[in-house]
Amino acid sequence: MAKKQLYYEDVEVGTEVTPLAKVATTQMLVKWAGGSGDFNPLHFEDSFAASQGVDSPIVHGALKRAWLGHLMTDWIGDGGFLKKLACQYRGMDYPRKMKTITDPQEGETWWCRGTVTKKYVEDDQHIVECDIWVENAKGEKTTPGSATVVLPFKKAKS
Amino acid sequence: MAQQGSIITDEMKKQIGVKGVPTVLEVEKGLIRMMAEALDDPNPLWQDEEYAEKSKYGGIIAPPALLCCARAGTGRGVQMKSPFPRALAGGDEVEYLKPLKAGDVITSVSHIAEYNEREGKRGPMLFTTIETTYKNQRDEVVAISRSTFISY
Repeated sequence: MAKKQLYYEDVEVGTEVTPLAKVATTQMLVKWAGGSGDFNPLHFEDSFAASQGVDSPIVHGALKRAWLGHLMTDWIGDGGFLKKLACQYRGMDYPRKMKTITDPQEGETWWCRGTVTKKYVEDDQHIVECDIWVENAKGEKTTPGSATVVLPFKKAKS
Repeated sequence: MAQQGSIITDEMKKQIGVKGVPTVLEVEKGLIRMMAEALDDPNPLWQDEEYAEKSKYGGIIAPPALLCCARAGTGRGVQMKSPFPRALAGGDEVEYLKPLKAGDVITSVSHIAEYNEREGKRGPMLFTTIETTYKNQRDEVVAISRSTFISY
């Protein structure tokens, strides 16, 4: 399954990063807690979340950052390299609850998106900078950020 | 001397730059798979041996999210003090210098880089920025992260 490679020449300022849909579920939060080692009860216990002033358990900020990482690694392909990823956890996101062992209830879908803000060559690297963000179902950017990537250059192929 | 009314005490300032306990993490394939599943990220570079071997990396690599989390030791052993009861993650910035390959052994060390205080809607807020450096078994820096925590 060869993936399509993105090249430096393929992008311009304003080019859209291919959007990525994500559904946060309580199950995903459990998996993320296990993987990341973040066992803060803020992300799984109602009463503790309430004591922290967030109503009910919220999606881990780092999980949303990880989604943005997925957005970028998918977009830049195997030949690209993610140099920098930054984001801010501005808005709370609440996971969907599970309906069955495998399927979530109906509800919110999040979108990871981005646009190219800058492209330049530095130290022989073809660098592209992007504004990136996670937006909720209302279109609010709960997790705005930025990414810097290195892309392969077509003319260097020969 | 702390400024009049400042929530950043001299005791807190003394913690700036003090290195926390190092964390050693072996980047096992099982852990990489667990992260990829948690993310719902089917990228074959994370899991498909044959595919990854043919790639420029020559083997399985980890998704960037594997660094900058509790498991990778981010913030470990840092004496983060705050006068407030509530804390939230404010944001992260991670700079990647090398790919993270399966089998790498990463040692991370954190320290408090800076404090900032601001008046928010709910009253005074303290921003604590923790910097973590991640090195591989060849003592090469693979990544540096800066994480900001907000307490209020």
